[in-house]
Amino acid sequence: MVWMFIAAAGATGASIVVPLVVQRVVDGPVRHRQPGGLLLLGALALLLGLVEALLIFIRRWTQSTTSLQMEYAIRNDLYAHLQRLPMSFHDRWQSGQLLSRVTTDLGVIRRFLSFGLIFLVVNLGTYIVVVLLLLRLYWPLGLVVALSSVPLFLASRKFTRYYLTISRLQQDQLGDLATLVEESAQGIRVIKSFGRRRHMGGLFHAGARLVHDTGVAKARLLARSWAEFDAVPNVTLAIVLVGGAYAVASGGMTVGGLVAFVSLQLMLIWPIDSLGWIIANGQEAMTAADRIYEVFDVQPSIVDGPDRLVARQAEGRLRFDAVSFTYPGADVPVLRHIDLEVEPGETLAIVGVTGSGKTSLVSLVPRLYDVTSGRITIDGRDVRSLRLDSLREIVGVAFEEPTLFSMSVRENLTLGRPDATDEEIAEALSVAQAEFVYELPWGLDTRVGEQGLSLSGGQRQRLALARAVIGKPRVLVLDDPLSALDVHTEALVEEALARVLRDTTALIVVHRPSTVALADRVALLRDGVIAAVGTHSELMATVPEYRAVLSAEAETSRVDA
Amino acid sequence: MSIDVEAWRGRAADEDAERTAAEGGSAVRLRAGSRALLGSLVRPHRRVLIVVVFLLLMQSGAEMAGPYLVMLGIDKGLPPLSAHPRHAGVMIDIGIAFAVSVVAAYCGKRGFIALSGKIGQAILLDLRNRVYRHFQRLSVGFHERYTSGRVISRLTSDMDSISELLDGGIEDLVLSALSVVSVAVILLVLDTPMALVSLVAFPFLLWLSRWFQQNSARAYRRTREAVALVIVHFVESTGGIRAVQVFRREPRNQEIFEAVNDEYRRANLRAFQLISLFSPGIKVIGNVTIAAVLTYGGYRVLHHHTEIGVLAAFLLYLRKFFEPMQDLSQFYNSLQSATAALEKLSGVLDEPPAVPEPATPRALPARAARGEIEFDEVSFGYRADRLVLPTFDLRIPAGQTLAVVGATGAGKTTIAKLVSRFYDPTGGKIRLDGVDLRDLPDEDLRSAVVMVTQENFLFSGTVADNIRFGRPGASDDEVVAAARAIGADGFIRALPEGYETDVRKRGGRLSAGQRQLVAFARAFLADPAVLILDEATSSLDVPSERLVQHALRTILASRTAIVIAHRLSTVEIADRVLVLDGGRIVEDGSPSVLIEGQGRYARLHRQWQDSLV
Ligand SMILES: Nc1ncnc2c1ncn2[C@@H]1O[C@H](COP(=O)(O)OP(=O)(O)OP(=O)(O)O)[C@@H](O)[C@H]1O
Ligand SMILES: Nc1ncnc2c1ncn2[C@@H]1O[C@H](COP(=O)(O)OP(=O)(O)OP(=O)(O)O)[C@@H](O)[C@H]1O
Ligand SMILES: [Mg+2]
Ligand SMILES: [Mg+2]
Repeated sequence: MVWMFIAAAGATGASIVVPLVVQRVVDGPVRHRQPGGLLLLGALALLLGLVEALLIFIRRWTQSTTSLQMEYAIRNDLYAHLQRLPMSFHDRWQSGQLLSRVTTDLGVIRRFLSFGLIFLVVNLGTYIVVVLLLLRLYWPLGLVVALSSVPLFLASRKFTRYYLTISRLQQDQLGDLATLVEESAQGIRVIKSFGRRRHMGGLFHAGARLVHDTGVAKARLLARSWAEFDAVPNVTLAIVLVGGAYAVASGGMTVGGLVAFVSLQLMLIWPIDSLGWIIANGQEAMTAADRIYEVFDVQPSIVDGPDRLVARQAEGRLRFDAVSFTYPGADVPVLRHIDLEVEPGETLAIVGVTGSGKTSLVSLVPRLYDVTSGRITIDGRDVRSLRLDSLREIVGVAFEEPTLFSMSVRENLTLGRPDATDEEIAEALSVAQAEFVYELPWGLDTRVGEQGLSLSGGQRQRLALARAVIGKPRVLVLDDPLSALDVHTEALVEEALARVLRDTTALIVVHRPSTVALADRVALLRDGVIAAVGTHSELMATVPEYRAVLSAEAETSRVDA
Repeated sequence: MSIDVEAWRGRAADEDAERTAAEGGSAVRLRAGSRALLGSLVRPHRRVLIVVVFLLLMQSGAEMAGPYLVMLGIDKGLPPLSAHPRHAGVMIDIGIAFAVSVVAAYCGKRGFIALSGKIGQAILLDLRNRVYRHFQRLSVGFHERYTSGRVISRLTSDMDSISELLDGGIEDLVLSALSVVSVAVILLVLDTPMALVSLVAFPFLLWLSRWFQQNSARAYRRTREAVALVIVHFVESTGGIRAVQVFRREPRNQEIFEAVNDEYRRANLRAFQLISLFSPGIKVIGNVTIAAVLTYGGYRVLHHHTEIGVLAAFLLYLRKFFEPMQDLSQFYNSLQSATAALEKLSGVLDEPPAVPEPATPRALPARAARGEIEFDEVSFGYRADRLVLPTFDLRIPAGQTLAVVGATGAGKTTIAKLVSRFYDPTGGKIRLDGVDLRDLPDEDLRSAVVMVTQENFLFSGTVADNIRFGRPGASDDEVVAAARAIGADGFIRALPEGYETDVRKRGGRLSAGQRQLVAFARAFLADPAVLILDEATSSLDVPSERLVQHALRTILASRTAIVIAHRLSTVEIADRVLVLDGGRIVEDGSPSVLIEGQGRYARLHRQWQDSLV
């Protein structure tokens, strides 16, 4: 950084010296007819010129290296931070807003660091030096010039205030637009299926229009302020000219003095002129930094506990102890006073109607969310007291939505276990009946399309299942893992899965009676409360509600209700 | 940092899969494409641009007048004033002239910035709309390879670099070019031999600019690619953050992100280093020329070929000649960066839709579609060498409810996607009411055929907005009626803000079953002649599924329907069942008849019945 300023100042200095050399040439060798001196001074001019270029080169070169390095580092940090922030944060934030912070905003800051900041310092320095020189030359007029900084200051203060608001507005609008773009790319199938191209085009136009309008308002603001900045030195110059003329007339100043004064004053035009641009640049960088810090300021609420549970030694006894849970920002709890115990190796199915809280319940185990009250323990240890990676190594999860990434099948399978061997992969694939991957064009190296959409629904789901069972986690959490499979495949998977479940503690969310067979016991969830727990046959016999939720026959009474 | 991108991302159909067709072409064509695009963007504004340039000239003229007036004041105004304090006439005139020039400069500058900002924004708006619309026109297949991250990158990051050029570019370009040209003329007039010596600088300037242009074009292209990868990775990993966290993917993701980020940094660094060389390079040429002219001019003065004054003026002007070159080089740099972005965008705009709208559309025979569908020797594969449907013949009479069952991966969804014309068949024809889908105007097709996809994607926005997506003009009552018809009204009303509850991105605020119900209501509201349900009840509990099935009996009565389901309970309402295996129809008949037989469906049905309690 320091070097950059030195180089910048040096280059400015050299460029000021060159005219002096020219003046020397004209006044010296040429006037006195000395060819030797001419060559010498010519060489000096050449040298100074090269030094100036060299210094500019150094400034630019180091500037680009450091500012890019800074951008790179902040972007890495921001990404790391975002990965640490919990689901509740990601639920709330629009992805486009996050993205625009990571790309556009960081770019704005980098630009300010590599140009604006340097010129701000160099120009301020030039301004002060020149004003001091002017004061020395002829203080009354020097004072006029110095006082001209007052309207400048006022104008820039007003400008700063408005510009901050407007650039914030625009950057937010751009973030919203990015969100819309993301949704319309990811939802392209829905848009096409309904033929809503024009509708989406209209929405996008409206968003882009907002950005446009803000942009135009911004240009108007810039126009007014920059024209004002420009007018101040011009008006001052006029005053100096007229005042100077009277000063010369009254003998307060020589003509030469006035000329020197004016030509020095002319040097102020560029620094003042660029002021508007630098302030704008700086304000944008401030806004960008604000926006980025909004994210950095969010502290991860789900953090490591002190302990570590060795995966291999874990027994896998899972307990819900008076657990209640309310989604952040919601008023009503989705889960109330849940007490459940799953013995090591036992499989507990969770059954309940849509929206009863099954998914919410199981996502508490790997701490995607933290309980609001009560506690969840594994082998008697509160999950919050464990290190996250230790906990998540013990718990394997398959979500109801498969969540695949556009990377190779292998990478998708071994998301959390990069050290998984080919045998482990093969085993997991056979449990999930997902051997189809070997028939893909490049086998395990084939790239899966974004969100797995180059696979069929059932293929996606089986991959996600294989991913969960890979490496034999002690506790398995499977959220409706067979919903997209045909009856035949489902039976095959159940058979294979039953072997895995024999010595794994498991929570399985289930909608179909067929899958319930995998479970040793079943818990019926109703509106966030455990309504009944028992074996399937017990519940079938004694709990009418259970029968209603699971059995195919008991339908008509509900339809009419 | 070394990350094998190939190993991580895996292999795709072909290496250019993520590019638009134009990007595979030569650099010259790319450039031509971007120039043409720029031209078409600027053309509508050329009249206003003339005004802009006029304002700019007015401003710079007025500002240049300042020093000149000072000189006049000192030369002409001062002597009479010094002679007698009352002889202030000239000085007052000059003062007035000064005031006029200040006002002119103010107005010129203000008008110029406001107006050029307005044009710039209009161009950006136009460009954004064009690119967005075109992306929406491109096929599902294109989006599959291109990925959403790239779409976002084109519409955000690339737009940023164009807007950067528009923000500061015009002024630099016009003013600098103007002063370079005018100074060159003055130089030639002042002293031709010396001017010729300075002209020696030109070949070097040209050579340097060419060097910069070629290298920086490459460098900036690389930055566009690199930033797209950063965005792709970012979008995917924040979109799937649930899986990232649960599977402890963070360290590996960080590693990958830092690698792509580093590639972006390097690509930028390369571009910045080029300008770090180019800009002082111009300075060197300028300063060497000045030194040469200084020596040569001094020599000429010594030998009385020219005057001292001329030499002094010449040197001053020469500086004025090279100084704006710095601004020009800066402009050139922004231009290069924007050109790289424009190349990408024009590549997108030139990409022909793989599933194009018909050039000569044919209307449906009846005013509204009846909903008869026919597959005529259709063959289809996502990749040329792997057919998913080898030859497929099928006729679905209007009004029929057809159930399609079969093992996962058999090609059921593929059939549905073909009817919705997400893809065009590789061979054969698909007809709706006798008209080839390829000849049908998009509007007609979309209002006739609607599909509830297996993924049931919801947009962020309220529940009501999402349902209304099926028919944007629908009233609130109609929205509620649609929800009620499929049994979603109850849960929606129970949400904190009822129909006005924000479902958040991808509908994350709702449970899976709730999302499915909303997606269903959305399709129901659209009221199409052909309704395709792809696993539309897979995430529902049995009672809700029953409820939906009950509703389906009335909903499907009046239209053609293709119902894909693994739960055979849904199939019971069908008039006809198709059993699919490996893209071929292995059984076809009414469910009751098939159940009686000994075929696949009968087996499947038995298995399913056994699985029930
Ligand atoms: N992120 C969230 N914020 C607030 N409320 C939520 C969120 N996710 C789900 N809910 C609400 O919490 C309730 C329970 O949802 P959950 O996803 O746990 O249901 P579920 O039992 O898994 O249903 P399904 O069988 O449909 O998957 C629902 O009413 C849902 O609307
Ligand atoms: N976009 C795609 N690109 C490449 N291959 C695809 C794509 N979509 C599907 N496939 C492949 O085509 C075959 C048929 O897929 P399809 O989605 O039609 O199956 P499906 O019968 O709907 O299965 P499921 O019951 O699992 O949903 C599968 O092998 C799948 O991998
Ligand atoms: Mg759920
Ligand atoms: Mg499918």
